[in-house]
Amino acid sequence: MRLVPVVLALSLAGCATAPPGEIADPYEPMNRRVHAFNKALDANLVRPAARMVKGDGASRPPVEGQPPGVMQMVGNFGSNLSLPGKVVNSLLQGRPEPAVKNTFRFAVNTTLGLGGLFDPAGSDFALPEIDTDFGETLHVWGVPSGAYLELPLLGPSTERDLAGKIVDFALIDPLDNVLTDEQKLAGTAARVVSKAGERAQFGSTVDSVLHESADSYAQTRLLYTQHRRYELKQEEDAIDPYAE
Amino acid sequence: MGGVMAVTPAHAMTAAEASTAIRRAVDEVLGIINSGRPPAQMYGAFAGVFQRHADVDAISRSALGPTARQMDPSSFGQFREAMTGYVARKYGRRFQEFLGSRIEVGAARPLKSFWAVDSTAYLNGRSPMRVEWHISDKTGQPRFFNLIIEGVNMLASEREEINAMLARRKGDVGALIADLQQAG
Repeated sequence: MRLVPVVLALSLAGCATAPPGEIADPYEPMNRRVHAFNKALDANLVRPAARMVKGDGASRPPVEGQPPGVMQMVGNFGSNLSLPGKVVNSLLQGRPEPAVKNTFRFAVNTTLGLGGLFDPAGSDFALPEIDTDFGETLHVWGVPSGAYLELPLLGPSTERDLAGKIVDFALIDPLDNVLTDEQKLAGTAARVVSKAGERAQFGSTVDSVLHESADSYAQTRLLYTQHRRYELKQEEDAIDPYAE
Repeated sequence: MGGVMAVTPAHAMTAAEASTAIRRAVDEVLGIINSGRPPAQMYGAFAGVFQRHADVDAISRSALGPTARQMDPSSFGQFREAMTGYVARKYGRRFQEFLGSRIEVGAARPLKSFWAVDSTAYLNGRSPMRVEWHISDKTGQPRFFNLIIEGVNMLASEREEINAMLARRKGDVGALIADLQQAG
């Protein structure tokens, strides 16, 4: 049973091909409908919520030397709980260094950082979070990105990254066997709330892309694709306006 | 225009000069963000930085794509003018997320016909953000023409955006210019 998503990913990712550097979007009509839904959801629910949070001053941008705000602490707590999963993924990718660093980060922040509310690992030990996920693991294993997808609520993705999300969520969180259901729920809630905090902090960028672009679907797709390729350290072709 | 652009500068820009030029632009931008001025004044100041440090002509031409080649100089001038305000407002607003942060400008490496200058924005409480600047002296002065924030390419996304705006106006450049003056 545990292998099903992996097999699913492998078979899905084989479907779509695109020229290098570009992403195939054979599901564009469906994706655009999902995009319209996500955009409406943001306008009617997420943006007002983020504004409320921001109004409270709880998510003010962190300033050096000041204690973190409530939103920051909630975000810290949520991302601390996601570290063990990242460690497993780094190991699956054959990358021991980020695995070791994230392990130390988890140990420091869980103890000195009072269960992950604070981030002494980042501020005092030069151990920032090294982000990874099972989508990246699949990439390292040679699985192509597959077709572009925009998912309801979750936003832009690809066939490979969707399979990765399913695996990350359902299978490879080592804390699964350690935490109680209430603790897991708190962790998930913290991650959702910290998303709202990010939406507040990066509000103007999200507004600009989602609500002010001429074609917000195309902008979202481009931003996601470029950023994802960057995260996976894939070479991007530079634009040379003097050679055009 | 093409002939003027092709003239080789008497003194080609070095890596150190490329980094210095970017550091100057970054310091000006941070100065504006941290000045606490009202937004309208900030956008004016950003437009000034953009005109002094960026190759607005190359950016405008590249963002518009093939259509730019069919335009007469005066309407391209209007387009470039509208682009300046649009970029200052749009990116000026985004730059405010860098409030209170520190940006370190690193070394330059050669890339195609220009230099890529690395910089890192340190925002407290989150992972450092990498911003890469592409800078050329094809105009005779060191001028940046692109920035890449965590892999997201400004020129590429403006190409897509400007062309979506143009498509919405069914290729009417005059209408695009009018829209640009409101956008951002």
